[in-house]
Amino acid sequence: MTDPILDVRNISKSFGALTASNNVSLTLVPGEIHALIGPNGAGKSTLIKQISGGLKPDAGAVWFDGADVTGLTTVARARLGLGRTFQISSLAMDYTVLQNLVLGALGHQGQIGLAGFFRPAMKDPALLEIANDALAQVGLEEFANTRTSELSHGQRRQLEVAMALTLSPKVFLMDEPMAGLGTEGSHRLTGFLDELRHKAPILLVEHDMDAVFALADRISVLVYGEVVATGTADEIRSDPVVRTAYLGEEDAR
Amino acid sequence: MRKETVLNAFVLFVLLAVPLWALQADEPFIITLATKAVIFAIAGVGLNFALGLGGLVSLGHAAFFGIGGYTMGILASHAQSYSAVIEWPIVIEGTSSMPIIWLTAVLFSGVFALIIGALSLRTSGVYFIMITLAFGQMLFFFMISWPTYGGEDGLVIYVRNGFPGLNTLDPIQFFGICFALLCLVLLVVSRIAKSSFGLALGGARQNEERMQAIGMVPYRLYLIAFTISGAITGLAGALFADLNRFVSPTMFSWQTSGEIMVFIILGGMGRLFGPVVGAALFILLEHLLGGLSEFWHIYLGAILLGVVLFARGGLIQLIVGREISHD
Amino acid sequence: MSLILLIEQVLNGLQFGVMLFLMAAGLTLIFGVMGLINLAHGSFYMIGAFAAAATAAATGSFLLALVASLVAAAAAGAIVEMTVIRRLYTRDHLDQVLATFALILIFSEGTRWMFGSFPLFLEIPEYLSGPIRLPFGIEYPQYRLAIIAVGLIVAGGLFALIAKTRIGIQIRAGESDREMIAALGVDISKLYTFVFALGAALAGIAGALIGAIQSVQVGMGEPVLILAFVVIVIGGIGSIKGALLGALLVGLTDTLAGFLLPKAFGLIMDAAAATSVGSSLASMSIYILMAGVLLFKPTGLFGST
Repeated sequence: MTDPILDVRNISKSFGALTASNNVSLTLVPGEIHALIGPNGAGKSTLIKQISGGLKPDAGAVWFDGADVTGLTTVARARLGLGRTFQISSLAMDYTVLQNLVLGALGHQGQIGLAGFFRPAMKDPALLEIANDALAQVGLEEFANTRTSELSHGQRRQLEVAMALTLSPKVFLMDEPMAGLGTEGSHRLTGFLDELRHKAPILLVEHDMDAVFALADRISVLVYGEVVATGTADEIRSDPVVRTAYLGEEDAR
Repeated sequence: MRKETVLNAFVLFVLLAVPLWALQADEPFIITLATKAVIFAIAGVGLNFALGLGGLVSLGHAAFFGIGGYTMGILASHAQSYSAVIEWPIVIEGTSSMPIIWLTAVLFSGVFALIIGALSLRTSGVYFIMITLAFGQMLFFFMISWPTYGGEDGLVIYVRNGFPGLNTLDPIQFFGICFALLCLVLLVVSRIAKSSFGLALGGARQNEERMQAIGMVPYRLYLIAFTISGAITGLAGALFADLNRFVSPTMFSWQTSGEIMVFIILGGMGRLFGPVVGAALFILLEHLLGGLSEFWHIYLGAILLGVVLFARGGLIQLIVGREISHD
Repeated sequence: MSLILLIEQVLNGLQFGVMLFLMAAGLTLIFGVMGLINLAHGSFYMIGAFAAAATAAATGSFLLALVASLVAAAAAGAIVEMTVIRRLYTRDHLDQVLATFALILIFSEGTRWMFGSFPLFLEIPEYLSGPIRLPFGIEYPQYRLAIIAVGLIVAGGLFALIAKTRIGIQIRAGESDREMIAALGVDISKLYTFVFALGAALAGIAGALIGAIQSVQVGMGEPVLILAFVVIVIGGIGSIKGALLGALLVGLTDTLAGFLLPKAFGLIMDAAAATSVGSSLASMSIYILMAGVLLFKPTGLFGST
């Protein structure tokens, strides 16, 4: 197996008496989609936060692209190429779709130089190229000048993904991108993610089991803060521990 | 052409036309009123840069207004008395040249804004509001207790400062200077608002989490905005000092901070010309309502309350509706 | 520099602090329970002082004057809450600031219209005027000592109200989760009106008590309001404990700095320069204290992060 680009090593985190992460380890190698599943309250969001930088683990380390980023802020990790999408769309609601994407492109660009104080951002060819490219990839072209607050939920989820694209990240952390999407939307996004993995590997937190089993090269199952199993889709499907802890509840749905 | 742009052009036209009319109708007092409106507008444009664009509710912007004013007061009074401001480590003489005074005022108020901002922006929400208010108050009390430049009584500047080639004592010429500066400030702010920095600042105002996710630090954006904002308001302070040929600690007061904010809200927060419309409206109200009753602040309070509760977008929104530019 | 003088200044600082606490407690309670920042709090301070002065002038009784201050301020608070403040709970802080600033304008000019621009006088009652003998041969004004006592009693009463009564439980619950207590059937609007009026009453009585040693005039409340903000920032918004600690810190710092700094500078420069440098720095001392606290705890000593 090639060197992992994301290496989560023995992460532990407790909030008082509640253990949210218990010695969690997982890796992400180039070209793969590694899905993270688990019942509600398993600690998936807490784990994502520790990987993206919003929360500091009590123990363990996060290695990204060959460097220890455990002590770095969210901003620093984003600049190193750690892209993420949020479970609840986190966008600039007053801005249009295009403005949000140009903002993302600006983030990718890095420095706002002196010229960045005087040249109109929305007419900057370099920024527009990145923004329009992301716009086209998710298929939101006709909504370029629509205010984000006026978008439908599904469209906001698409924009959320597009924002991650503008960063041209080395890794995608996706927190339930399918949340709230209908069947058609989920289908489209599934196909999209299948292609996206070749640009950068994806750590995918999801509840949508069809998407997970269709996309994932590997699946890790998180229950009560612990990884109880890691393996291919088939391995996970047949793992008895997983069946009882998680999939059993899913089947009953 | 967008409605708002038309309105803006109209406002500028009126602001220019009124004093020109007053000139040939021989009403110098009206020219002075117009000059006051323009100066208040500049102060408001300064605050609006931090408040409207950045979402920073600074209740202490009078601090920068006062610093700009006192920069002028100190430099001009030393020029009058032919004494140096300080002798060590370097000699700094007073000056009565407006351009130099403006540059110095902008520099000093910018520096203070940088320091106050660096401290205050470590907090957010109500803490930030209260802290900026407190810093304004701190400078107010300091200025009262510092006797060298008048203390509580303030400082009278007998000579109006000079601008090369113009007779600054002539009301219309001084108005022209202030109007030109307002236009310059509006141009600069408008460009920055549309720039990458402006886009990022607006992004931070709307969603800090998103800014972090794309790799930008909101604190830095806010600090730069706050500094620029303070510098612009400082320029207004220096002009105000020249208009009245008087500076006093009241320039630092919480009432002044409140008034600057009122201009913006009356006109329309976040709109480029919001402070301009609001300042003009304020001067108009002060003149008209003040003529009716010496307790006109009651009416101002009622109007402000009404605007906040029922017409939040200010006068501009009442006229042009909710449309906002997206270019 | 005598020890006696120092102790007197410390007592002055305590007296100042205790009054600041009355202002700050109301403010922090209103913010903690309703999430509202109220700039008009200084107006209630002023209304209390004016009500006391008017009542004392009419009846000659200081006690009645104090009662009047409580009633007038509480009534003003209740009315304002029901007509204006109610509409602001769901608005952002900027709107709350602007609306309550508008209220300041209305109250201040309204008071000036009713009572004129000249300060009113509220006299310290006979039975409290004059000094009282304290240990170590200190003579301290009875009235100021009474203020400290009243302030501490009110503080105690407030703590008891919050810790031991039913309303106190509702207040504490409201501070942690506003939506929850509504869901539990507590009459939110009555609770909010009560809390607002209580805060106003505290401000009102502070205004009346101080009005006797300073003057009763329009605009007397705002400087105290801003100091109360400093207290809350230092103590942490929403914490009454923090308000008490912060108030005592601010009161002592301001008083002692004003007393000690000119003397300290007098050691290295001449008297006139020392006084001006010393008092200028002293005027900034509490803000420097505030800035210092913020550097280490941006949400105050007892504030939640």
